[in-house]
Amino acid sequence: MTGPSPDGRQELVLERVERFRRRRPRLTDDVVTLAHGAGGKASAALVDAVFLEAFRDDALAALGDGALLSLPGGERIALSTDSYVVRPRRFPGGSIGSLAVHGTVNDLAMCGARPAWLSAAFVLEEGLPVAELEAVVADMAQAADAAGVAVVTGDTKVVDTGAADGLYITTAGVGVVPPGRELSPQQVRPGDAVLVSGTLGDHGVAVMLARGDLDLEADVRSDTAALNGLVELLLAAAPRTRWLRDPTRGGVGTVCNELAAAAGVAVVLQEAALPVDRAVSGACDLLGIDPLYVANEGKLVAVVPAGEADAALAALRSHPLGSRAAVIGRVAAEPERIVLLETAFGGTRIVDMLVGDPLPRIC
Amino acid sequence: MRFVDEYRDPAAARVALRRIAELAEGGRDGAPYAFMEVCGGHTHTIYRHGIEQLLPDTVELVHGPGCPVCVIPMGRVDDAIALAEQPGVVLTSFGDMMRVPGSSSSLLEAKARGADVRMVYSPLDALKIAQANPDRRVVFFAVGFETTAPSTAVTLLRAREAGVRNFSVFCNHVTIVPPLKAILTSPDLRLDGFLGPGHVSTVIGNRPYEFVPRQHGKPLVTAGFEPLDILQAVVMLLQQFADGRCEVENQYTRVVVDDGNPIALRILEQVFTLRPHFEWRGLGFIAQSALALREDFAEFDAERLFELPGVRVADPKACQCGEVLKGVIKPWECKVFGTACTPETPIGTCMVSSEGACAAYYTFGRLHRTAAGLAAATR
Repeated sequence: MTGPSPDGRQELVLERVERFRRRRPRLTDDVVTLAHGAGGKASAALVDAVFLEAFRDDALAALGDGALLSLPGGERIALSTDSYVVRPRRFPGGSIGSLAVHGTVNDLAMCGARPAWLSAAFVLEEGLPVAELEAVVADMAQAADAAGVAVVTGDTKVVDTGAADGLYITTAGVGVVPPGRELSPQQVRPGDAVLVSGTLGDHGVAVMLARGDLDLEADVRSDTAALNGLVELLLAAAPRTRWLRDPTRGGVGTVCNELAAAAGVAVVLQEAALPVDRAVSGACDLLGIDPLYVANEGKLVAVVPAGEADAALAALRSHPLGSRAAVIGRVAAEPERIVLLETAFGGTRIVDMLVGDPLPRIC
Repeated sequence: MRFVDEYRDPAAARVALRRIAELAEGGRDGAPYAFMEVCGGHTHTIYRHGIEQLLPDTVELVHGPGCPVCVIPMGRVDDAIALAEQPGVVLTSFGDMMRVPGSSSSLLEAKARGADVRMVYSPLDALKIAQANPDRRVVFFAVGFETTAPSTAVTLLRAREAGVRNFSVFCNHVTIVPPLKAILTSPDLRLDGFLGPGHVSTVIGNRPYEFVPRQHGKPLVTAGFEPLDILQAVVMLLQQFADGRCEVENQYTRVVVDDGNPIALRILEQVFTLRPHFEWRGLGFIAQSALALREDFAEFDAERLFELPGVRVADPKACQCGEVLKGVIKPWECKVFGTACTPETPIGTCMVSSEGACAAYYTFGRLHRTAAGLAAATR
C-alpha cells in the first residue's frame, strides 16, 4: 500500500486544520470565565453564540468598533458603547474616568466619525469615597473637553458592598460621519500598507505594573488619549485610507487577525518595524508576554493604499500622539485570513488570535 | 534592548545558518540530523523567531518533554482543583497551569465556579497572600523542574522561619534526568543528539548529563534561550559529528557552570526527597523522577494536610502526547491534532501551555513552506 509522501501528508493535515480553524467560533463553556472577556477566541465565541444570535442585526453583525447608521435625511452617524471596569482605577497616565471618555471617542473616530456627544452611566459600590468619585468624574470632564465632546446624559446606580468592585462606568457616544468617508475591511486591497500610530502595549503594561502584584517597577505610562484629532489629520493626508482600528484589548495582533478574517487577506508584519518602548519590551520579556497582544488605549492601526503610506506616516508623525508612528507591514492576497510576522531574526511565523487572557509562562 | 538584541542579531544568524548548512550537508546517512530540544523554553524560542524555516532540510528539531506544565498528569490537576474547592482554601498557581485540563475541568473553570484560585509569579507571592490572610489556608500548586524547585524550597524555609501556619505546598516538582533516560531507552528512539536544558542546568550543572554520551552515544549541548543560542548549539552538535566527538558541551556559558548552583542544590536537599515513582503525562510512571516534601516539612505538605482524591486518570485514548514527547511523531502526525485537540479545547497537555510542542506548532508552526513562499513573493 502506498500512501501520500510524508510531506504530502503534512500538507493534508495542515489543510484540514486550516479548514477547522476557519469555522465560526463555538461556545462550549457552561459558565462565563475571564477568557470570555479577554478579546480572543473565547470572546468571539460568546459574542457570536449569545449576542449575534439573539439580536440579529446587519449593523451589529459587522462587529465594528461602532455601528454606522443612516438618518432619514441621508446623513450618517456612528454609535458606540463600552463599559469600563479597570483595576486599579488610577494608574500612571490616566484613570478609569479618562479611559471611559477616550475609549468611546476612539471607537467613534475609528468609524470615520467626528465624535460629538457622550452618555455616561455609573454603577457605584456602597462605600466608595465621594472624593474618589469626584476625582474620576473630573478626569472625565477634562478628557471630554480635550476631545471636544460633550457628556449630555447619564445615569447612576448604587449596589451593595461586594456587588461591584468600587466603580464601573459605561459610556455611549454618537458622532457624525462626513460624506465620502468609507472605512471598512472590504476596502482593503493586497499591497496596502499597515501603519501603527506609536508604541505597542504601553497601557496594558502600565496597568499590569500598577496592580502591584508583579513586584516590578518600571517607568511605563498608559497611552490613554483621544485619537479623533489624529484621525482627522490622517484622513486629510491620506483620503483613501481603507480601514482604522484602535488596538485595545488583545492588542495589534488581535486587530490584525480581525482584519485578515474580515477582509479575506493576509497581513504581513515586520517584527523589526514594530515600535515598542524599551521598558515595555523588557517587562514583556520578563513575563513571557508578547507586546503584540498587549492593550493600547491611545493608538490606532491604519491601512492605507501603498501610494499614500508616506503621506499618512508624515501626518501621523506631525501630531504629538503619533510621534513614533511606523509602517509595520503590508496586506497580501495570500495566505488568506492569516497574519504573518517576519521576525527580526529572519524567520517567519503566524500571529494567531489569542485563546484567552495572555498567561505568563513559567520558565 | 541591551543584552537581548545581541542574541537576536540577524547577521550573526546568517553566519551560523551557513555553518549549519555546511556541517549538515548530506544529513546523517541521508536522513536529516534529528536533535531534541529538551526545554519548553527552547521550543517557544524556535517558533517565536521562526527558526525552523531557517534551518536546512538536513536538520530537524524534535520537541522534548521539558515543558513542566505539559507533563503533569490529569489526576494531579484534579487533586489541585479538589484543593481549590475546599472551603477556606486559596489555591495559588503559576499562570500557565490555570488552563491545563483535568479529567472534567481546569483551575480556570474552577475559579469561574467560585473557587478562590489566584495566579502568582513566585511561590513567595503565595506566602505573602498567606500572611495577609491568616484566616484562610493558602496552598501553592508547585510545578516545574529543578528550575523552579529552589524557589519553592526557599519559600518553605521562610514560611517555617516566620512560623506561618496557614501555608502549604502541593508539590509536583519533577527532575530532568529520569525522563531523559526514559526517552533514551525507548525502543522507538530516533534522535541524534540533544540541546540540553539551560535553566535547569544553572541549578544542577552539566555533570548529570554525562551518561547521555557515555551510555547512549548521543552528544548533548546545554543551550540558552535566545535564538542565536539555539543556532550556536546546533552548530556545536554538528561540529561534534564532524570531529568524531561525542560529549557534553556547554553553549550557555554565560549562565551555566559545570557544578551548578551549590546553594540551590543544598536547599533542595534540605527540603525535598525523591518520590519512589511519579506519573508523567504521556510517559507513564518513571521511578525517582519527582520530589516530595521531607518529613521535616510535613506541616507544610498539602498532600498530608488535605484529603485528596488522588485518583489516577488514564490519558485519553486518542491522545498521542507520549509519542510527541518522545519525539516519535511530530505534533501534526497525531490523529486529533488541530481538530478535536486545539488550544481552546486541549485533549493532551502538549496543547495547553504555549510551550507545549503541539500548541507551539499549532500557533506558530503551521506555516508550511508554501505559505512562506507566498509571503516572500508579495515582497
